[in-house]
Amino acid sequence: MEPKIQRSFENNREDGIMKEITILSGKGGTGKTTIAGSFAVLAQNAVTADCDVDAPDLHMLLHPTPFKTQDFIGPKLAKIDKNVCVNCGLCQKACQFDAIKDFQIDPIHCEGCGVCEVVCPEKAISLHDRISGQAFLSKTRFGFMSHALLSPGGANSGKLVTLVRNNAQMLAKNNNCDLILIDGSPGIGCPVIASIAGVNLALIITEPTLSGIHDLKRAMQLLSHFNVPSLVCINKYDLNLKNTEKIEKFCSKKNVDIIGKIIFDPIVTKAMVAETPVIEYLPESKVSKSVEQMWQQVILRLE
Amino acid sequence: MIISVASGKGGTGKTTVAVNFALSLTNVLLLDCDVEEPNDHLLLNPIITKTKSVYVKIPSIQEDMCDYCGVCAKFCKNNALFVTNKKILFFPQICTSCGGCKIVCPQHVITEKKRMIGKTKQGLVNGIELVYGELSIGEPMAIPIIRAVKKHISPLEKRVIIVDSPPGTSCPVIDTVHGTDFTILVTEPTPFGLYDLKIAVDVLRKLKIPFGVIINQSDIGDLRVHNFCNKNFIPILLEIPYSRKIAELYSVGKPFVLEMPEWNQKFKDLLKTIEKMVS
Repeated sequence: MEPKIQRSFENNREDGIMKEITILSGKGGTGKTTIAGSFAVLAQNAVTADCDVDAPDLHMLLHPTPFKTQDFIGPKLAKIDKNVCVNCGLCQKACQFDAIKDFQIDPIHCEGCGVCEVVCPEKAISLHDRISGQAFLSKTRFGFMSHALLSPGGANSGKLVTLVRNNAQMLAKNNNCDLILIDGSPGIGCPVIASIAGVNLALIITEPTLSGIHDLKRAMQLLSHFNVPSLVCINKYDLNLKNTEKIEKFCSKKNVDIIGKIIFDPIVTKAMVAETPVIEYLPESKVSKSVEQMWQQVILRLE
Repeated sequence: MIISVASGKGGTGKTTVAVNFALSLTNVLLLDCDVEEPNDHLLLNPIITKTKSVYVKIPSIQEDMCDYCGVCAKFCKNNALFVTNKKILFFPQICTSCGGCKIVCPQHVITEKKRMIGKTKQGLVNGIELVYGELSIGEPMAIPIIRAVKKHISPLEKRVIIVDSPPGTSCPVIDTVHGTDFTILVTEPTPFGLYDLKIAVDVLRKLKIPFGVIINQSDIGDLRVHNFCNKNFIPILLEIPYSRKIAELYSVGKPFVLEMPEWNQKFKDLLKTIEKMVS
């Protein structure tokens, strides 16, 4: 479909100004990826970045074709040389992560801090690189995409998020793109902080449930802690109108604008099952119209 | 018996399952390890009887004795320490409390001090003892709080223990399910649900924890999750069909077993199924 909305900060491109917007939620499953997927369709000249690296889903809507794959080197892994080890147990005592048992390193708990290496009197321990995931540079029908996959149980997802963002910035720079669209992960911890640090704008997707409200408040606190301007979207707002009203009151008190309210509609699930952004799946639906209006608001705020 | 509830994809119904499961049994210890966004207490409304701060250890450097040799900064794998000519910069948020700087300091001027990064709260309601953690805003590391919540598991514990995990498959999830006897993976029958379920299955196989699947809103999407489970001999423990009533009850923070008592028995049977699978 033809994108209808023209962005008017094209002159940014010449100035080399790149804007970044992160979609996040606090609570999982509120619709981050559904919205991000449709935004990717609407955006012109944007790079999409899936920063939910331990449960990435955006690729299932955008169907990227990777043209470059790189290994992600996470925290190092300690290794004990059995031939040198005298089983003194000093490393076990010093390890703060309970990663050494019976003179063996547990790769799941080892943080690669190197304490065991320095306390070992026999120099039997050394640190080695380990691959903790993969990052991809890809092309989609809607432009470039940066994404990744953390190895099962891999550590340091924050660092991988930063790699995905750096890759997206590089793609944007090399291809004269002026916007980066970031799909974040649930929560407020390490990977989320890495996905919002220094962005121009954040859009929080919430739902009118007690959990949704509770998690929205914490996400808003996080954004104001890092001085990121935020906007709110209430997804499935008709599920509980009283709670929607509560969110509206709370946001107006905090001076945060609600730029979209989306009805609960099973076509969202149908679009997901068809692995298509909802705005492509049924452009004339109420949901798609709301998403489009919301995108217009986002563009206005980014200017 | 320690049963963890995890998911891969967020918002599939971990909290719904953990809370309704707990309410259907008697004498349960429920631990909410989703310390970034804890929600179990919103559905249970316990009277909080105990609040404890959670601390991590960080270095305390006696600067007047320090000769700025920079050995500590060179050691720190997370770059939490920077030493320049007569100046030390420390970034507490990225310190993992490994204690290495204290060990390597040639002048022995580094000791440890405490830094608060969150809280655990404890309360009782309907025969359930709930403990949950709350990571402070702006703090990146959830794991010390998860461990503080899990400290409430005593080796002599006779009660069933249900551990509600954060979403995803990275380190906070591993720490949560680690040491539990069984994991319930809650998913939804959509491509997103399936993709994230597959990652979660890989993680649990790696950790060698027995597991089964609960399909929530089991009739909303397609049959790919069902087919995946059947093909890979993963037991489907329970299916919860989509119901506007359940969604509305959740929105006001009401566990659905309280209004739909027919589900009580299903969760009781779930425990029996799990007990059989573990033994």
